[in-house]
Amino acid sequence: MITFKIGGVHPHDNKIARTEAIDPLAPPTKVAISMAQHLGAPATPVVAKGDKVLVGQVIGEPAGFISGFVHSSVSGTVAAVEPRADLAGNMVPHVVIDVEGDDWLPSIDRSSTIVKDITLPREELLAKIKAAGIVGMGGATFPTHVKLNPPEGKKAEFLIINGAECEPYVTSDDRLMREKPDGVVVGAAIMAKVLGGCKCFICIEENKPEAMEAIQKACVTFPDIKVLKLKKKYPQGGEKQLIDAVTGRQVPSGALPIDTGCVVQNVATAYAVYEAIQKNKPLFERVMTVTGQCVAGPRNLLVRLGTPLSYVLEAAGGVPENAAKFISGGPMMGKAIANMEATTQKGSSCLLLLTEEQTRRKPEGNCIRCGKCTEACPMGLEPWLLNKLARAGGRMDELEENKIFDCIECGCCLYTCPANIPLLDVIRVNKAEVMKIIRSRAKK
Amino acid sequence: MSKTIVSPAPHVHSEFSTVRLMRDVLIALAPAVLVSLYFYGWNALLLLVCCVATCMAVQYLIEKFMLKCSVTVMDCSCIVTGVLLALNLPPAAPWWVAVIGSIVAIGIAKMSFGGLGQNVFNPALVGRVFLLISFPVAMTTWTAPQSWFHSVDAFSGATPLALINEGLHSGSTVQEILAANPDLTPAQMLFARAGGSAGEASVIALLIGFVYLLCRRVIKPHIPVTIWITVAVMTGIFSLCNPAEYTGPLFNLFTGGLMLGSIFMATDYVTSPMTNKGMIIFGVGIGVLTVLIRFFGSYPEGVSFAILIMNLTVPLLNKYCKPVRYGYGRRK
Repeated sequence: MITFKIGGVHPHDNKIARTEAIDPLAPPTKVAISMAQHLGAPATPVVAKGDKVLVGQVIGEPAGFISGFVHSSVSGTVAAVEPRADLAGNMVPHVVIDVEGDDWLPSIDRSSTIVKDITLPREELLAKIKAAGIVGMGGATFPTHVKLNPPEGKKAEFLIINGAECEPYVTSDDRLMREKPDGVVVGAAIMAKVLGGCKCFICIEENKPEAMEAIQKACVTFPDIKVLKLKKKYPQGGEKQLIDAVTGRQVPSGALPIDTGCVVQNVATAYAVYEAIQKNKPLFERVMTVTGQCVAGPRNLLVRLGTPLSYVLEAAGGVPENAAKFISGGPMMGKAIANMEATTQKGSSCLLLLTEEQTRRKPEGNCIRCGKCTEACPMGLEPWLLNKLARAGGRMDELEENKIFDCIECGCCLYTCPANIPLLDVIRVNKAEVMKIIRSRAKK
Repeated sequence: MSKTIVSPAPHVHSEFSTVRLMRDVLIALAPAVLVSLYFYGWNALLLLVCCVATCMAVQYLIEKFMLKCSVTVMDCSCIVTGVLLALNLPPAAPWWVAVIGSIVAIGIAKMSFGGLGQNVFNPALVGRVFLLISFPVAMTTWTAPQSWFHSVDAFSGATPLALINEGLHSGSTVQEILAANPDLTPAQMLFARAGGSAGEASVIALLIGFVYLLCRRVIKPHIPVTIWITVAVMTGIFSLCNPAEYTGPLFNLFTGGLMLGSIFMATDYVTSPMTNKGMIIFGVGIGVLTVLIRFFGSYPEGVSFAILIMNLTVPLLNKYCKPVRYGYGRRK
């Protein structure tokens, strides 16, 4: 069993939805599909009000190198193309579609046969992945075709498929690996081929033995793919931490994983790649966990993109009386949502509801210099010091000297602090300031 | 539906809290406290009550009337200071000594620096050293008081280190002194031997507390273990070179405040370094200074001074002993 070396915490994993099989959720009557579902430039809408669309039809085209295609998740009539608040609260263009029936593009193979032979050459695979609008589905939503096409002179030695799912509560990847192991493994093999035949590891945390077994079984016909068991520790699924755990290498500060010869992809991304290549199915739906102790029926749902969160929640028993916080993602790094009419995106792995009791922050006390934040930080930073410097009037030079820009915002420091000091809040704000200074200096 | 909360991640918190950590320290101190009550009876209880009550009262008064800030007596840290000070006093000390020591510990060593987390020196040790210098007689009178279970005449009450120190001054060798005091065997001191400060009676009781603190992840073993290793190695070398004048490793590990100091005072969060590297330097420093003071200083005991001196180096150790960063060094 392997793990990363520096820091980490052990939150209770609370995987209460792990026994619930993936259930397709019927499309709502109206969807609003965001054009900014990926990192980089929002897509340009290519449909207008009144247009008829089919499931899987392109409705947005990439507007830059780091951007992606967006497809319709339903069939019906475009009702509007307008700016709306997305999950994060940003106003971005959405394509609103009135749902009529469920007509898929005829090119999509809807059969359940597993296609294992990878016949297409590398370039065509890459083009197809791009055309399917696939992005990192672990949450970062970086366009996959960019990641799978390393710049000139850089070679991928390792493809790491991330099935750690170290965030508490979230079970969407777990269920996907248990129910669609062949798709995940074939997807991994496709990506390894695109990268020019590198070593491939599928990494799963120890708390998912069923997923581990299923994937191992599916790997029998793919001798080049190895399954690794990870220790249960947060943030095991962090890109930098995973690379450290698997290869013993560390991504140098400011560099990209490819600089250490690694490409990390989420298992859901691998499955999306499989569907895109072998089934001609673009990315327009994903597995999403709806969970929380207060939720009446925690579930894992196959959700069409653009579905309002309120509709997703209805399927899990409605809004509980005592729910105080709605989180898109897990409890450690997810975003709290104010607007339940915001719609699901490619990176929406989980909708978590917490009660006030579970999420209330206790009053801040004095730092007792216990060093627990330093011990917990997986980047080897000193959150207490960064907090002290920032609050002592924003010593940007000293913050930079103490590597505030290396923070991955995993939340371990704030999670562990016995004095309830909002360490990450302070660091996040000041990190952005320091990054601004660094960028402006680089321009000179 | 109740009010919706929107705040940044993380949305959950660990079970750690300052109160919980302090409560764990108190639980870890319980065996040593019980042993001191067993040996020294009412007077030990009186000292304990005086220390804890005064520490709480002083903190309350300062926060309420001088600082006019929220009162944090209930975070238990001042209770820890009170208990530690009580365990550092001679069991026969008069009650007013305990009260004065507590006022100095909380009033001067802690609150005047800005309260919890701000002090440079360990408050309980400042209290003890203040008393040692101000009331040398009361602080070195080791006659044992009436115990609930022991008769007064059962033991001399003098500390092993003082016995050795006096014996050496009168021209005896270490072997002669040990032969004259048959209760100074390591085994005896490991389990329980009356004499010395209230908290020093049983090494085992302190080690039980140490194991508890480790299990509850309150402290890391680095500081105590490096202190022990340093003391053992240094005294080992000295006693091998001149066994007539210097006592050996086991004797030094099990006597005086070494266990109490290394487990409970040197590991005080506020006044010890944050990183493993810093902790190891800190521990080695305390070990070296303790041995030097014991062997060459005028006081028989050196742990308190050693810890206080090393407390001074903590800001520097924190500045220069950085944690192992990710992404620097191990490049491919």
